[in-house]
Amino acid sequence: MADEPLVLGIETSCDETGVGIVRGHTLLADAVASSVDEHARFGGVVPEVASRAHLEAMVPTVRRALDEAGVKASDLDGISVTAGPGLAGALLVGVSAAKAYAYALGKPLYGVNHLASHICVDQLEHGPLPEPTMALLVSGGHSSLLLSPDITSDVRPLGATIDDAAGEAFDKVARVLGLGFPGGPAIDRQAREGDPEAILFPRGLTGPRDPAFDFSFSGLKTAVARWVEARRRDGEPVPVADVAASFQEAVADVLTRKAVKACKEQGAGHLMIGGGVAANSRLRAMAERRCEDAGIVLRVPRPKLCTDNGAMVAALGAEMVARGRTPSALDLPADSSLPVTEVSVPDASLDGHGHGHTHGHTHGHTHDHVHELSRQNLYGQQDGK
Amino acid sequence: MLLLAFDTATPAVTAAVHDGARVLAERTTVDARRHGELLIPSVDAVLDEAGAGRADLTGIVVGTGPGPYTGLRVGLVTAAALGDALGIPVHGLCSLDGLAHAALRAGLAAEEFLVATDARRKEVYWARYTARPDGTGLAPALRTEGPSVDRPGQLPEELAVLPCVGAGAGLYRDGALNGWGTGALGGDDRMPVHQSAAALAELGAEVLAAGGAGFVEARPMYLRRPDAQVPAGYKAVLPS
Ligand SMILES: Nc1ncnc2c1ncn2[C@@H]1O[C@H](COP(=O)(O)OP(=O)(O)O)[C@@H](O)[C@H]1O
Ligand SMILES: [Mg+2]
Repeated sequence: MADEPLVLGIETSCDETGVGIVRGHTLLADAVASSVDEHARFGGVVPEVASRAHLEAMVPTVRRALDEAGVKASDLDGISVTAGPGLAGALLVGVSAAKAYAYALGKPLYGVNHLASHICVDQLEHGPLPEPTMALLVSGGHSSLLLSPDITSDVRPLGATIDDAAGEAFDKVARVLGLGFPGGPAIDRQAREGDPEAILFPRGLTGPRDPAFDFSFSGLKTAVARWVEARRRDGEPVPVADVAASFQEAVADVLTRKAVKACKEQGAGHLMIGGGVAANSRLRAMAERRCEDAGIVLRVPRPKLCTDNGAMVAALGAEMVARGRTPSALDLPADSSLPVTEVSVPDASLDGHGHGHTHGHTHGHTHDHVHELSRQNLYGQQDGK
Repeated sequence: MLLLAFDTATPAVTAAVHDGARVLAERTTVDARRHGELLIPSVDAVLDEAGAGRADLTGIVVGTGPGPYTGLRVGLVTAAALGDALGIPVHGLCSLDGLAHAALRAGLAAEEFLVATDARRKEVYWARYTARPDGTGLAPALRTEGPSVDRPGQLPEELAVLPCVGAGAGLYRDGALNGWGTGALGGDDRMPVHQSAAALAELGAEVLAAGGAGFVEARPMYLRRPDAQVPAGYKAVLPS
């Protein structure tokens, strides 16, 4: 156990300053400082407010994580950090801090992808990721179906939202219903008292000619808003619990239907769900039932590991070290629209193959293999926030 | 004693090493969009040139701005993290003080002057200094006003016409009736335009030698509140 890589991971892509420490697949510390309360009165994350909060929280959160894990910074085998996608100014605070720690401590630096980290975190909960893993990532900034044969080098997007992210839809509908920010937990709570079949809201992109694995939640959000307004205009009370339950039902239905279909089509026996919306109780219940019916093993990490945190970044960093992946250079940029296919940002001077797929010593791909993969990557750059 | 100084409050990404007697190495790159990429490699380069290692450092001096926020934070978070990892103190200095020091070093003869840098949005960051003759020939700059952020056309005339150094000197002159720009020393190419970590390091070494009372907390001087609009009430999507 002790020779598994000990890695500290830093996450600052949005409003959470997260610092996690893992040894291999074991979680040792997960320190998070959130600025969500400062954003609540604006009804959404304000980038400059988030960046200021990251700077204040950075070093104290690192200290807290080291204390919690009971390890010394000098014992670390590497520092990993979210290099993107995310808010540019927010990412830059974490990337700069990670570089300074890596440089001062003389440890390798791994700039990694936020989405791949959301998948890899499940290793801390349920052990090694099956290869391949199908992942449904649903958060305030993302809604994607991703297939990953190797989480340190190969993530293939099958589909993503063409407009609002699932969490964004929760937040906007919550605003319509006057439930505050963030909206997901509030809607989840209201929905428990409501009838999910009270109102039949539209299921976006589920027609026979629609793209099989893309999502759309903007039409759903508008449909809810219209329904509520029509009620208000007619001077009738709005049945908040029923609206919340029916909206939530529509989201969970589309997400799980498409995820199970993707597993079947790609022959993936496992589905992992990550991102803040994975905390949703109805989504979890529906996914459990539908996966069981389809003979698919469902893996959902506990809610604290689903929302943005540093442990997920550390988990991917530890896997990078374990598989001998190429570290990043000290001029690593923060890339707000880092493509989901770029799991990490290897040092180009060490990695003869440039961007994208790193070539480790234990799990290296051949050249041809890589080219074949890139043809499948229909979505070069999407899902940045 | 070995001080590492750096600053990211102006378009310059600048780092220097000072041994208490003199500057051993400096590297400055002007690239306002790449502070995050260039800072640690610059630190590495100056330590290398000074023939020193990270473990030899005894303190860090960092410019606290004011300056454009995104770049400014790179320097401050880097200083805080390096200081934490190496277990050495981090000292803050107002970035404009570094430019004032550099101006006097370069031979600015004025008794009273301004330093101004670009704050964007038609505003400048500025501070007012008095050159305090101390008999040594070297006149440390004493900040008597600022740092502040303003539209230069709205400064009082007595300030606007003072000799002025830095990239903000004479900037955003459009329609200014207060004489702003007349004191700009942009034509004198001995005068500093952006920050130099060598000047900041010298100033830091002087402050330290004098007991350290002149340092400020190594926290950003933003001077403005964050931009954030509270969204207007929920808008109806139905035609009413
Ligand atoms: N129980 C829940 N049900 C639905 N959505 C939720 C729930 N809990 C959190 N969320 C949503 O998750 C999002 C935050 O997730 P997170 O992974 O931190 O995302 P990001 O950093 O991309 O905004 C928010 O949009 C929030 O409303
Ligand atoms: Mg996220």
